[in-house]
Amino acid sequence: MTDHLDAPHQLLLQMLRDFVETEVRPKAKAVDEEERFPEETVRQMARYGLMGIPFPKEYGGAGGDNLAYTLAVEELSKACGTTGVILSAHTSLCAAPIYEHGTEAQKQKHLVPLAKGEKLGAFALTEPAAGTDAAGQQTTAERRGDTYVLNGSKIFITNAGYADTYIVMAMTDKAKGTRGISAFIVEKGTPGFRIGKKEEKMGIRGSATCELIFEEAAIPAENLLGKEGGGFGVAMKTLDGGRIGIAAQALGIAQGAIDATVAYVKERKQFGKPLSAFQNTQFQLADMQVRTDAARLLVYRAARRKDARLPYSVEAAAAKLFASETAMEVTTKAVQLHGGYGYTREYPVERMMRDAKITEIYEGTSEVQRMVVSAAMLR
Amino acid sequence: MKIVVCVKQVPDTTEVRIDPATGTLIRDGVPSIINPDDRAALETALVLKDTTGATVAVLSMGPPQAEAVLREALAMGADEAILVSDRRFGGSDTWATSLTLASALRRLQADLVLCGRQAIDGDTAQVGPQVAEHLGLPLVSYVGSLRPEGDRHLIVKRMFEDGHHVLRVQMPCLLTILKDMNTPRYMSAPGIFEAFQRPITTWTLDDLDVDPSQIGLKGSPTRVKKSYTKGTKSAGKVYEVDPREGARIIVENLREKFII
Repeated sequence: MTDHLDAPHQLLLQMLRDFVETEVRPKAKAVDEEERFPEETVRQMARYGLMGIPFPKEYGGAGGDNLAYTLAVEELSKACGTTGVILSAHTSLCAAPIYEHGTEAQKQKHLVPLAKGEKLGAFALTEPAAGTDAAGQQTTAERRGDTYVLNGSKIFITNAGYADTYIVMAMTDKAKGTRGISAFIVEKGTPGFRIGKKEEKMGIRGSATCELIFEEAAIPAENLLGKEGGGFGVAMKTLDGGRIGIAAQALGIAQGAIDATVAYVKERKQFGKPLSAFQNTQFQLADMQVRTDAARLLVYRAARRKDARLPYSVEAAAAKLFASETAMEVTTKAVQLHGGYGYTREYPVERMMRDAKITEIYEGTSEVQRMVVSAAMLR
Repeated sequence: MKIVVCVKQVPDTTEVRIDPATGTLIRDGVPSIINPDDRAALETALVLKDTTGATVAVLSMGPPQAEAVLREALAMGADEAILVSDRRFGGSDTWATSLTLASALRRLQADLVLCGRQAIDGDTAQVGPQVAEHLGLPLVSYVGSLRPEGDRHLIVKRMFEDGHHVLRVQMPCLLTILKDMNTPRYMSAPGIFEAFQRPITTWTLDDLDVDPSQIGLKGSPTRVKKSYTKGTKSAGKVYEVDPREGARIIVENLREKFII
């Protein structure tokens, strides 16, 4: 399935597999059970240039591309969905919008440390009353002299608390609806900006998901990302890219569950033979793998289109829709094939099943992806 | 300080199988890797690069596909890669190989040459010491750790089964490194993309000052007379019983075989 990759991507895959087996897989169970953010793994990822894969070297990146970044999220997620989403949110949702919409000064100041992994990034769009309906933003940003003053709150923010740099959407002009939303770069430690409640989640439990609270938080006017009123466009484009990351995460979770199941069914015996000798097992595994391979082609297609600077919004939606639903189906089957043991924490597949569910929800639910795909068909 | 690390591309013997009919390695589908001792030698060099600003070149002799291990070495942080490759080198034993590498090293003029102790395919541990001999360099083999002392010396620990020697060696010199000496770093993502933008220098026989009669199969005094696979023993039986029952089973089995 990876034969079609060129030599640099093959070599990256070799590096990623070494890295994941040593640095990520041994910790995945504890990261989940203890709801522990794997800070030491993130530091190691920074050391090896994984926090800025698709960005040019002059901005502190690895000089790779979106396909390479996709491979990284996929490989990490095979062992640990938490580590996968940390990288995805950091790269796609924080560093990428600065790279794509930032001024040269903003790139030098904010993108370089993010891409080098010296800083961690997050993205804040969702509010209690503005989830899928992102236009219902309540957080406001008021221009006062050389600053914008933010008031309001955001919820479900991935990497919150651990992140140093946040892309925050806020209303600069409520009367204009989506055209009144602006994007801002907000730094940790800004007076009036604090981290609120941490969510207790079903899956990706090591990833920090928290509320952000802004009370008269003044940020320099130069931290406006893009144009005033252009925030909704920034957010939507950012989520297009983010969907490739989440699709890769889902893909990794699905493949990780298959790999665990293949090993299990060869070992586990019932009725005097290994589970792998039963045709039900064989057919289930075949369906799981073929579906996952199909998802992989969709994910790589979206990444390659982004690399080729072709429109990729619909392809990213399709990839995320199919990969996330594949992850849910495949992990559910993986638990079933493990039987009672699969439902216990002795085996990783129950964790993978819990981790898979969120991929159908965040960065646009499956329903939103269907809207994007069908809207392009019916245009 | 200029360091040259000699690396060999080998089949990953943890995944290799032997053809029972011919007694030879089945190399099809077996991934090729940097020989583990050589990888430790490379890590040793890269640590010296990090701490002293040394430059690190990697040198490999092999077929064109050995370029893959040189890319990997570049992706780990080596500065320069040289592949010595020529059909006329085919079939070289350790004598012919060490003569060829010595010639390449004469061109490279290193302060420090690092080799792995031995390769996991041939397992001779001869090439490093022979290269030192051809070049007239001081040799310390089985090196477990080292540190620079001033600009011209290294303090190295030579490992034995039951102890070690601490030696002070003057550069230029050649050391052979044990894989347990360190944990090699991963390739880095920027290193990987950069490795494919950098040239790999290829030298053929014509670029080297080596006597053509001394290389390749013809120049190799070693002949493989016979190779064979040791028969596998059965895994044996495991009984999970208390000691008294265990003793009874052992006695019974020994009697069955007329040992007691």
